[in-house]
Amino acid sequence: MSKAKFRVWRGDAGEGELVDYTVEVNEGEVVLDVLHRLQATQTPDLAVRWNCKAGKCGSCSMEINGRPRLACMTRMSTLDQSEPIAVTPLRTFPVIRDLVCDVSYNYVKARQIPSFTPDPSVKPGEFRMQQEDVQRSQEFRRCIECYLCQNVCHVIRDHEENKEAFSGPRFLMRVAELEMHPADTADRRLAAQEDYGLGYCNITKCCTEVCPEHIKITDNALIPMKERVATRKYDPLVWLGSKIGRRPADTPKVPNT
Amino acid sequence: MSDIQRHSYDVVVIGAGGAGLRAAIEARQQGKRTAIISKSLFGKAHTVMAEGGAAASMGNANPNDNWQVHFRDTIRGGKFMNNPRMAELHAVEAPDRVYELEAWGALFDRTKDGKISQRNFGGHEYPRLAHVGDRTGLEMIRTLQQRVVQLQQADAEEHGDPEAMIKVFAETTITELLKDGEKIAGAFGYIRETGAFVLFETPAVVLATGGIGKSFKVTSNSWEYTGDGHALALRAGGTLLNMEFVQFHPTGMVWPPSVKGILVTESVRGDGGVLRNSEGKRFMFDYVPDVFRKQYAETEEEADGWYADPENNRRPPELLPRDEVARSINSEVKAGRGSPAGGVFLDISTRMPAEEIIRRLPSMHHQFKELADVDITKEPMEVGPTCHYVMGGVEVDADTGAALVPGLFAAGEVAGGMHGSNRLGGNSLSDLLVFGRRAGLGAVEYLDSLGDARPAVADADLESAQAEALAPFERETGENPYALHQELQQTMNDLVGIIRKASEMEQALEALAKLKERVASVTAEGGRAYNPGWHLALDLRNMLIVSECIAKAALEREESRGGHTRDDYPEMSAEWRKVNLVLGMNDKGAVTLRRQDLDTMRGDLVTLFEDDELKKYLTDEEQSAVQRIRETEKGE
Ligand SMILES: Cc1cc2nc3c(=O)[nH]c(=O)nc-3n(C[C@H](O)[C@H](O)[C@H](O)COP(=O)(O)OP(=O)(O)OC[C@H]3O[C@@H](n4cnc5c(N)ncnc54)[C@H](O)[C@@H]3O)c2cc1C
Ligand code: SF4
Ligand code: SF4
Ligand code: FES
Repeated sequence: MSKAKFRVWRGDAGEGELVDYTVEVNEGEVVLDVLHRLQATQTPDLAVRWNCKAGKCGSCSMEINGRPRLACMTRMSTLDQSEPIAVTPLRTFPVIRDLVCDVSYNYVKARQIPSFTPDPSVKPGEFRMQQEDVQRSQEFRRCIECYLCQNVCHVIRDHEENKEAFSGPRFLMRVAELEMHPADTADRRLAAQEDYGLGYCNITKCCTEVCPEHIKITDNALIPMKERVATRKYDPLVWLGSKIGRRPADTPKVPNT
Repeated sequence: MSDIQRHSYDVVVIGAGGAGLRAAIEARQQGKRTAIISKSLFGKAHTVMAEGGAAASMGNANPNDNWQVHFRDTIRGGKFMNNPRMAELHAVEAPDRVYELEAWGALFDRTKDGKISQRNFGGHEYPRLAHVGDRTGLEMIRTLQQRVVQLQQADAEEHGDPEAMIKVFAETTITELLKDGEKIAGAFGYIRETGAFVLFETPAVVLATGGIGKSFKVTSNSWEYTGDGHALALRAGGTLLNMEFVQFHPTGMVWPPSVKGILVTESVRGDGGVLRNSEGKRFMFDYVPDVFRKQYAETEEEADGWYADPENNRRPPELLPRDEVARSINSEVKAGRGSPAGGVFLDISTRMPAEEIIRRLPSMHHQFKELADVDITKEPMEVGPTCHYVMGGVEVDADTGAALVPGLFAAGEVAGGMHGSNRLGGNSLSDLLVFGRRAGLGAVEYLDSLGDARPAVADADLESAQAEALAPFERETGENPYALHQELQQTMNDLVGIIRKASEMEQALEALAKLKERVASVTAEGGRAYNPGWHLALDLRNMLIVSECIAKAALEREESRGGHTRDDYPEMSAEWRKVNLVLGMNDKGAVTLRRQDLDTMRGDLVTLFEDDELKKYLTDEEQSAVQRIRETEKGE
């Protein structure tokens, strides 16, 4: 057992400050364990969002020494404990209280993307897809919606004004996932560019770097989407030629979402 | 009562896990205005943690599989105490529910001919679990979440408002169900973000709140698992079935201490992993019980041969049902043959190449690397039993999910009966889909039968629900909820854990009675907005009632079966098999217990089993009855 110094952001939507705590740390513990100890022993009302404590649900996103991380997967032994450890809420989203943010932006963006659209003549149970064909979208479906990528992307990190026009890496990746789904028949390429702001992305790869699921967001989703958008824009016939009867028209964004 | 938000819905589903979402989707698809309520954010419910897969006899990996075989496995796993109708519906309908997910966009792993791949799991005769690597729960939650979004998009187009017909109230906790006479009239709770109170006026409530693991110290369950649904049902006049049956999963992490209990998926064993003790021995061969002797291998050669050639070899004993494996590990550790951190070794590293391990078990590889500095492709894992699942739950009608209270329904882990005394791996995810849908339909039918006569919430009930929720702030003195919670967990772990005896459970009941008094005066500090101390203070009440139910039922059942092992009654008893223990609550808030007959299995179902097997479970009288059925069948 040892002691660590923590500086935790406390406050609500209005204002707040960093508060210093000294707290016990045991072998093998993660930052979330230490925050729980703070709740149990020093400040029972410290607001922290978490659920699985196993890196599977994406609830416990916060910034630890300025780096966006999952608190339940950040081991204390990986941090320099000679300095106080700063724990602050995600910067890109409005704070509700202490370490908890309002992430509703993400749910709004999710709702704008046209859903999976299979060929209506294929009945449940009749889908036949090869492993190598589903693998691409499966990588993106590993996403635990921790929104660390959304938090770190410079397009919206300090630019509230871009939020309207930009869905962020998580949801541009969702578009890529559906476009690469072997049984999907919709075409979201133009919408990706015009409605979800794919053009804002200048492939800095910051999103990929923070993804706790190690999804290659930029290389495997965003860049290929940019290429697909380019084909759609300049040479729609090539695309249509290979998909005749399947992707007849651009699928527009859903109204009223 | 000015700060109470009021909403009115046809159906209110409490819980946004697999069962809750499937129920809500059904209610909305049937045209009812539906609310989904969840303690956590949308898409984060406990189901997200499920790893191995969903069991459904699609027969893609082995064409001999069918619903009858799945039914038989489920009943065997539950040691013949399952509600037979539920086990039948589950086995019959699971494939369609999995196919439906695919039509909603799920991407399962594939077989060579492009169908949904199926993997082996403990207690399942054939490879049966539809899966996506070891993150099947995530795929299920995301697919259902995206299905809800798809329905909302349709509603946006039709009604101009995506939330016109189905709306998610995330980070909202229900603390009380309200009634009008005998009937459900509403659900009361608070919104985490603001601490504001909220009333949902509704004639039909579907409970889909999951399990109770947070009453135990070592558990694979998250903070949501405080038994809220179980307690809500009891307080509303419903009943709970067989709460003594608690599943301890054999393989939880044991080191480091802070992650003790986190699950190590059974797929590790399903895909070839083996259990060894400190002497390097594959000890499971020594623990095959007589009831399973015929189906399991006796030598390592035979066991290893099974993975490639299941027709000519019997299954490895590592794949016995969970209760058997958990008890065996417990015995090895007690006998001094455990690992340094008090578990045993689970090894996959010597069983297949590193790349193969990473492909098949990516999250396990990740989990051990990140949390324990262990590379599972190079060294064995240390594992031990962890509280994982509750088989007991709200007593419901098999076909509709209806509880005893009119207007109350339950599905998923919170419901009882389906899994008997022990659940097979993979049977929960399929259970959520099958009975989530059925409870949704049940609620719709009930609603239609009501016509225009809607029950109303009484102001007095609303006031008392509110007062109860605020009480922890009002008290001047009292204890900190965190310390009380730890005490409760320790009590349950030590005294009502994996191996039980009468004296310890009596001690537990005394300790729980004392804790009850202390919990009644627990305090909360700070304000109402996002205050975890306050939330825990309210959850404690539920955890205590549920713990009392578990201890009471466990003391009553004088036999060992599935997730209930008595040191003082080590044998399984055919007489006890016929007995369901039903828990309720009287006017004074005390837990009551009565015995009730288990439903008998229909003739065509019971004759799926051989006499040899039946005689291990049934009384002589029951066996003669089966003989008569067989003779009539022959006669026809
Ligand atoms: C680590 C792990 C791995 C598993 N792996 C498998 C597997 O491979 N295969 C399998 O079949 N099963 C598996 N299981 C079991 C299975 O995941 C669960 O039994 C199942 O997900 C329960 O689903 P549910 O829909 O009943 O509830 P949950 O998914 O737990 O959802 C409960 C919901 O109820 C809400 N809730 C609870 N109380 C309240 C309240 N008072 N007010 C409002 N909302 C409330 C919660 O917020 C949550 O949304 C696993 C379990 C664990 C822990
Ligand atoms: S690669 Fe694109 S989406 Fe990702 S962080 Fe950079 S700009 Fe944002
Ligand atoms: S893509 Fe990665 S970083 Fe982004 S939300 Fe998903 S899991 Fe988190
Ligand atoms: S608590 Fe689930 S990812 Fe950290």
